[in-house]
Amino acid sequence: MKELWEGNQAIAEAALRAGMEAYFGYPITPQTELLEYLSKKMPTMKRAFVQAESEIGAINMVYGAACAGARAMSSSSSPGVSLMQEGLSYIAGSEVPVVIVDMMRGGPGLGNIAPSQADYFQLTKGGGHGDYHPIVLAPASVQEAVDLTYGAFDLAEKYRHIVIIAADGNIGQMMEPVELPPPHEVAKRERGWELTGASGRPHRFISSIHLQPEALHAFNVHLQDKQREIEKNEVRFAEYSMDDAEYVVVAFGSAARASQSAARWARAKGIRAGVFRPISLYPFPYARLTEIAQRVRAILVVEMNAGQMIEDVRLAVAERVPVKFFGRMGGLVPFPDEVLPEIEAMVER
Amino acid sequence: MQTVFQYPNALTDVTTHYCPGCTHGVIHRLIAETIDELGIREKTIGIAPVGCSVFIYNYFDVDFAEAAHGRAPAMATGIKRVRPDRVVFTYQGDGDLAAIGTGEIMHAAARGENITVFFVNNAIYGMTGGQMAPTTLPGMKTTSSPNGRDVELQGYPLRMTEIMATMPGVSYAVRRSVHDPGNINKTKKAIKTALQVQLNQAGFAMVEILSSCPTNWGVTPTEALQFVKNQMIPYFPLGDFKIADVVKALR
Repeated sequence: MKELWEGNQAIAEAALRAGMEAYFGYPITPQTELLEYLSKKMPTMKRAFVQAESEIGAINMVYGAACAGARAMSSSSSPGVSLMQEGLSYIAGSEVPVVIVDMMRGGPGLGNIAPSQADYFQLTKGGGHGDYHPIVLAPASVQEAVDLTYGAFDLAEKYRHIVIIAADGNIGQMMEPVELPPPHEVAKRERGWELTGASGRPHRFISSIHLQPEALHAFNVHLQDKQREIEKNEVRFAEYSMDDAEYVVVAFGSAARASQSAARWARAKGIRAGVFRPISLYPFPYARLTEIAQRVRAILVVEMNAGQMIEDVRLAVAERVPVKFFGRMGGLVPFPDEVLPEIEAMVER
Repeated sequence: MQTVFQYPNALTDVTTHYCPGCTHGVIHRLIAETIDELGIREKTIGIAPVGCSVFIYNYFDVDFAEAAHGRAPAMATGIKRVRPDRVVFTYQGDGDLAAIGTGEIMHAAARGENITVFFVNNAIYGMTGGQMAPTTLPGMKTTSSPNGRDVELQGYPLRMTEIMATMPGVSYAVRRSVHDPGNINKTKKAIKTALQVQLNQAGFAMVEILSSCPTNWGVTPTEALQFVKNQMIPYFPLGDFKIADVVKALR
């Protein structure tokens, strides 16, 4: 049965139902409702909840809980996620599974609290120091945010890696009908690497230090092998009216929803328009987009930033067709009637 | 034949990398002996710092996680909250705990996290080669205070144990030293009490231990112990700064 849920609270509930045992966070708009929801629910469920002193404190609490084998999560918004990057680099280097929700807002700096997609570079290209990419999943609806969050813990554990739900303030704040997944129990499992106290076995340590250059090189080769595995297995995307599309809008999250309406209006005017929506921003759906670029006339990239994902689109398209850009910054969400003229302009060229 | 002295079970048979005359080895041994005596080796989880003791996890036969510089108390919080039946301790130097990690230690203490903190203070940054620490004494020369710490320019040293003692969440905050056998014995007793505080769910406990750094102080090991006694203790007095009633009841 579908119920009306606010995005932030729905994500929080989905994480609980996925068996999240520990949440550590710090209030920041526009995701604070997520923390508030969990502050009510988790203590009564006998699960760990701490409102940390900072995002740095929060991410290191998540790191600790994950080292101890718990399903652990934090959430924040852009400036807070910037603060978490130190911890995320250590988590990548230590190979412990964690889930992070980023409800993106306008930047740089303090910016504002309105929806944005300007964390694309920070999230998909690593963010912290060193060679790694988190798995980055971008929902376009509250339902999808719920589904991606619910699955994120399994995904994180599968690769012992970071999974980031990259939503924007719009998704966090709006209410939509949602079908919630069934709760699944917190599994008390031994996976062979977690820190539980060295009872009846040799002591373990979880660390990201490899002092010898050869050893660190070898570890990085291992990390890169894992990244290739993720790129092979975890590509996700959605397509709208793409079968006969000649003009394609590539957009993710809220920007994709506005683009869908614009594409529908363009169809009504006789333009064969479609929308290609990457759901996994890392791994990016390069291969599918390359196929698409071989059979369409032009591509328009719509983002709530100055043009970040467009770099990945261009890599996939490789100058086979023109790639145009339409962006809104400062917390502005593109309207369909702003995107439609951009689609029409592709045709006129 | 009766064994009268042996390696603690909580230590691995690995040669440490510490400089000759450094007292990290003494402090490691005291913690390991105490873990053995309390019978908690199989349920203890340590958090390693960044700094000279970054490789502590190689020397202890207990589970360990490696923290980013200063963040050990936050990691310890995460571990303890999901495994409250385990004994969780951090081992941190002065750069780690009193500079980059002041936020994390202050708030773990303020929350009264049921963890144990061993704070090793040698008044200098050891691993990076002898720069000024938050605990560097006024007038003390380091590679980044080459004319001696000038409090007008570089501020005053932090007395962390005194600060900790002001917080209601802290149950046990004491300062000890390992510069002579008598003080080594007192330090061991404090380490034991600090772990017993945690075992009794009695809140946050910290033992600050004054330590030597002959390499970066530019003195012999013997002179280094004299420096602890004659220079450091006057600024960082030894003693019990907070022993909450709940801890007194344990004794």
